[in-house]
Amino acid sequence: MNRFKTQLAGGIAWIIAILNFFPIFWMLLASFKSEVEAVQTPPLFFFHPTLANYRDIFALQDYAGYAFNSIAISVLATLLMLLVAVPAAFAMAFYPGRYTRDILLWMLSTKMLPAVGVLVPIYLLSRDLGLLDTRTALVIIDFLSNLPIAVWMLFTFFRETPKDIIEASRIDGAGVGQTILYVLLPLVAPGIASTALLSIILCWNEAFWSLNLTAHNAAPLTAFIASFSAPQGLFWARLSAASVLAIAPILVFGWISQRQLVRGLTFGAVK
Amino acid sequence: MRQHLVPHALAGLALAAGLLATTAFTATAATITIATVNNSQMVEMQKLAPIWEKATGNKINWVVLEENVLRQRVTTDISTKSGQFDILTIGSYETPIWGKQHWLVALDDFPAAYDMNDVFPSVRQALTESGHLYAVPFYAESSFTFYRKDLFDKAGLTMPAQPKYSEIQGFADKFTDRAHQQYGICLRGKPGWGENMAYLDTLVNTYGGRWFDEKWNPQLNTKPWHDALSFYIDLMRKDGPPGANSNGFNENQALFATGHCAIWIDATSGAGLLYDKNQSQVADKVAFTAAPIARVPNGSHWFWAWAMAIPTTSKNVAVAKSFLQWSTSRDYIELVGKTDGWTVVPPGTRASTYENPDYLKAAPFAGFVKTAIMTADLNHPTAEKVPYTGIQYVAIPEFQAIGTTVGQMVAAALTGQMSVDEALKQAQASVTATMQQAGYTQ
Repeated sequence: MNRFKTQLAGGIAWIIAILNFFPIFWMLLASFKSEVEAVQTPPLFFFHPTLANYRDIFALQDYAGYAFNSIAISVLATLLMLLVAVPAAFAMAFYPGRYTRDILLWMLSTKMLPAVGVLVPIYLLSRDLGLLDTRTALVIIDFLSNLPIAVWMLFTFFRETPKDIIEASRIDGAGVGQTILYVLLPLVAPGIASTALLSIILCWNEAFWSLNLTAHNAAPLTAFIASFSAPQGLFWARLSAASVLAIAPILVFGWISQRQLVRGLTFGAVK
Repeated sequence: MRQHLVPHALAGLALAAGLLATTAFTATAATITIATVNNSQMVEMQKLAPIWEKATGNKINWVVLEENVLRQRVTTDISTKSGQFDILTIGSYETPIWGKQHWLVALDDFPAAYDMNDVFPSVRQALTESGHLYAVPFYAESSFTFYRKDLFDKAGLTMPAQPKYSEIQGFADKFTDRAHQQYGICLRGKPGWGENMAYLDTLVNTYGGRWFDEKWNPQLNTKPWHDALSFYIDLMRKDGPPGANSNGFNENQALFATGHCAIWIDATSGAGLLYDKNQSQVADKVAFTAAPIARVPNGSHWFWAWAMAIPTTSKNVAVAKSFLQWSTSRDYIELVGKTDGWTVVPPGTRASTYENPDYLKAAPFAGFVKTAIMTADLNHPTAEKVPYTGIQYVAIPEFQAIGTTVGQMVAAALTGQMSVDEALKQAQASVTATMQQAGYTQ
């Protein structure tokens, strides 16, 4: 019976995994089709693959420039986020005040506001500060929009660390910075790593602000994908190729770091 | 192929240099940013733009966006005077509205070498406001009827030169074969002012309807609207493809190109792809005729132009004008034809294109497109008098919202979520409220 249950669970997991992966697989296939083949009904599984879509994309757009912007924005926003979220979560976990929980809830509530609700003020602020079409604007926005999730995740990790260890290090004469750096961080490294990884993925996939605040200089890969959507004509194959190129780096990154990410997520914040 | 391109590229360089020598503007080297849409003509322009860059020493940054995102971005940029763009790709709907707001630089001072008289008068008129030209056309289109000649021949039927909607319905009934995924008619169903409403407006026009009376009172609860919408829904339910409420221009073009539609009424700009053997499976089977008529000929086929304009916030007006003169010139069209083939040249803008034997040979639809564009009368889109211009749109700022809201109700009626009466009743109420809020009516 137990064996049956295990096999059933395994089967369901496989079905869910295949359902999740199929759109990506289909996108990959479409990227090697001609435009007519990509819209063919019934859909084609067997066809003569072509690299024409990839050739056209590299001829038309500066892929490296977009990729550089994505990497720079994701990494800088994540570093900035860690710099603020770690001390904030530390204070809330080990020195909670009367309103700590309210503050945490308020921080999370900012994520419930649709981004478009603050588009006009943020656009005008960016314009007046000279930040339109700059990586700085996106770094600040990504950092601030991911901060609540990061603080929540780190708060949960930190709270599970025995308070005695922190107190012992303080008694031994360590300052707050030393306690965080030499005592806490090694203990919660998987949690911090998974928070950072999640932040990088969220920054990489952010599209709303990228499309609205950038033009050419700071446009990341999400803007790159959007440029291949067309009002008229067939464009699925080329759009698929652009999407493959845009998600490939983060897919590889996720693949490499999946053990760390899963470990952090399943044994830490969301367990 | 590469060797073949070199002489054309050199010719293009010489051409660009010659044209620029005649320009009245002294443009110094600068970087300009162009916001544009991703369609075949604009992609072609991106490919050829290095010729202009080399000739002038200027550089272009391209910002390519999806049509609706582009509208939002450009509107935000221009209304907040952010000045991120030097050239905007806008349509014949926005041009007069933005021109009236003084958001665009007037382009009345183009040199004689540009030959403005070669641009179709109807196209110039669509891009003119208060006597000033605010954008130059990149390509223009109307709408007509595509049909599968092989199916008509096989059935012993002939498509009239000027079909009536009753005839179209009869043909669609005959050609529908759902078991083989063949549909008698493909029409736009995706909600949106530029999607299902673009087509439906022409249908309402030819049924004798109008959006507003002369005092801006909405007319959506009138008999012509009811008849037109009922006809559309009956036809689509009986002979249209499944999930038609998700189909816009692209989806229907794909269905037609892969042999699933017998008749398709849509933009003339769809012809180039359907005649391209590399992209269409029905390239040798497609034929075309005028857009159908129901009761009156007024507004039975639309007019649209993609054009390029310079926002008043641009810091590089002279360079931007220089680029517009090159990219919308007669010589540019010639360059595209010689470089990449005559089926991909920007259509519908210049009389000289339709006098070019190479183009006429490569594009059998050219004469029909020219006639459709020349006869699309933006100033008299309906049988009864109206206070607005525009055939498949109403040239007022509120129309994007109005058109999309009504489009959603039409889509709801198409899927059976509401009846025709309910949809039109709600549409009338919604448009009335918007017009009152905007101050057109009390």
